Amino acid sequence: MKIHEYQGKQLFRKYGVPVPVGIAAMSAEEALAAIPKVQQQSGSEVVVVKAQIHAGGRGKGGGVKVAKTKADAEEAVKKIFGMQLVTPQTGPEGKKVQRLLVEQGLAIEHEYYLGMLLDRATGRNTVMASREGGMDIEEVAEKHPEKIIRMSINPATGWQDYQSRELAKALGITGKVANEFAAFMRPLTRAYDELDMSLLEINPMITTKDGKVLALDAKINFDDNAMFRHPELEELRDPNEEDPSEQEAKKWDLSYIALDGNIGCMVNGAGLAMSTMDIINFYGGSPANFLDVGGGATAEKVTAAFKIITSDPGVKAIFVNIFGGIMKCDTIAEGVIKAVKETGLKQPLVVRLEGTNVDLGKKMLAESGLNITAAADMADGAQKVVKAAKEQR
Amino acid sequence: MSVLVGFDTRLVVQGMSGSAGAFHAKQMVEYGTKVVAGVTPGKGGSKVAGLEQVPLYDTVEEAVRLAHANTTVIYVPPPYAADAILEAAAAGIETIVCITEGIPARDMIKVKYVLDNDYPGVVLVGPNCPGVITPGQCKVGIMPGYIHKPGGVGVVSRSGTLTYEVVGQLTKLGLGQSTAIGIGGDPVKGTDFIDALAWFANDPGTSSIFMIGEIGGDSEERAAQFIADHIDKPVAAFIGGQTAPPGKRMGHAGAIISGGKGAASDKIAALKAANIAVAQTPAEMGSTLAKVLASASVSA
Repeated sequence: MKIHEYQGKQLFRKYGVPVPVGIAAMSAEEALAAIPKVQQQSGSEVVVVKAQIHAGGRGKGGGVKVAKTKADAEEAVKKIFGMQLVTPQTGPEGKKVQRLLVEQGLAIEHEYYLGMLLDRATGRNTVMASREGGMDIEEVAEKHPEKIIRMSINPATGWQDYQSRELAKALGITGKVANEFAAFMRPLTRAYDELDMSLLEINPMITTKDGKVLALDAKINFDDNAMFRHPELEELRDPNEEDPSEQEAKKWDLSYIALDGNIGCMVNGAGLAMSTMDIINFYGGSPANFLDVGGGATAEKVTAAFKIITSDPGVKAIFVNIFGGIMKCDTIAEGVIKAVKETGLKQPLVVRLEGTNVDLGKKMLAESGLNITAAADMADGAQKVVKAAKEQR
Repeated sequence: MSVLVGFDTRLVVQGMSGSAGAFHAKQMVEYGTKVVAGVTPGKGGSKVAGLEQVPLYDTVEEAVRLAHANTTVIYVPPPYAADAILEAAAAGIETIVCITEGIPARDMIKVKYVLDNDYPGVVLVGPNCPGVITPGQCKVGIMPGYIHKPGGVGVVSRSGTLTYEVVGQLTKLGLGQSTAIGIGGDPVKGTDFIDALAWFANDPGTSSIFMIGEIGGDSEERAAQFIADHIDKPVAAFIGGQTAPPGKRMGHAGAIISGGKGAASDKIAALKAANIAVAQTPAEMGSTLAKVLASASVSA
């Protein structure tokens, strides 16, 4: 689960990670009212108006404005609120800005990149930092990998102060500011661990002219598997940031990603689901979605999954590709039959069933009277569904 | 011959009274696996319908002491799964197969740390995996048993259902399997490709290997290097996710940590550079290995 920058900073504040003075606004009016309050609390005229969308690269798309006066700030609010913000991560259609963060402007000494995430190779969380912050960090990683410093976190001890001191030295942070950096890292690493974050990026983390260390940005993803431990974080979910089909899928604990093609797919297992997309592409078709119904799905869940697929108007044909293990073929058959009886079936449906309780599943489909094309195997099914989708055009 | 599980396996099922645990325990018994005990905390001494012959205990310690279990399979829900793995290791279980999907990464980081340091001899397979099967001997997990056939192909895979797919294809081609290991797709897991490849390399019952990887991480690249350096047996492979859309990965940091690795094309290139045949589609996995074996027997 992703959250907004301002929500991330609220969590930081709670843990004692230094962040600038700032007020979040859900409307242009609220944002305008926030400007004098931020100026007063920070004791400075300069404010920064920042669009709150989940995608990165907001500055490049004109979603972040530094304003030296109240009038400039008001103009920035009016310009950014409600705009369709296009960044390299939003896609060409962009995202509508419906939330703003009005924040104190600071006298920056230097901008750094700071990230935390799980290193799959070692099975440990890793802190990554670079002196080359505030810019395209992927480019730095590609051209100058030596400029990114990595330090692993020992699961038994957590992040240690000596690591902060070493990292400060490597980043060129010296003197008393290095102590400030250690005081910054302590609560930050604690928050990462306690809140089950799966990704944390601060770009930039800054040092100020007066020797402080602050998080000027906060990009946080949480481990979806750990959300049962943090019911309070569910409130931070912004429904405007999520695809409605993907939201419906989430409700049913289905792994669903909408794509641009016209063949709806329902598959069990992420690997088989990805490979089903691969083989549809191989035979000249184009998948409309990735959908993994998972292991222990019930017939109700399968019905919900089927309805999500058929609700996509771009779907011209449907491919159900199941190799049952923990997922039983009769459960799939029951769910598909129920969905079709409830909502009807406008598109050709190709079903390939194999695995646990396969004979029962096939029998149920055969006796249902539904117009289903049976496939002998994955290649057969993919070819049949690609052909069916082409004939529908 | 086989690796990890076989005739010697004495299995305890953790979470046997749950619906998934009970269903698959019955399937494993039916397959011929020696299921010697079940464990569900608080339900020790009671019976699970259809599994009346299998004693149910409160703890894994009892399953080891009283029923001489040496292997466990875990169907415990995610919030309690890490605890279940550590309980098994502490009780002296040698091989732990964890089926549970959705364990928090923070829990698995700690489990891996404890296993590596306190129980270096214990093998963990998974989590979020289909399990391990030695056809004709022993099935530990959730895979459909009937698609398998005893033989010489060692299978190792990150994806559960793709494992079934390749096994089904191999069996149809008359190529049996020595052992099939689903290592699971979680970022923090026990057994990785290299572990399984080393076991297969040393197993006289394994004459060739099929490996299934997928996008993300760099395990496949490291496995390709390992195969090039250490394995003389014929190997074929498949990588899932070749057409997965870009931009669905996790932010900048994910791309950085892998050092530019992780795309299907990189993995396929690494495998081919190690002289490993790579199936073009998931429907051609079995036939790709069959071709490798045919050309190997011609040249030999």
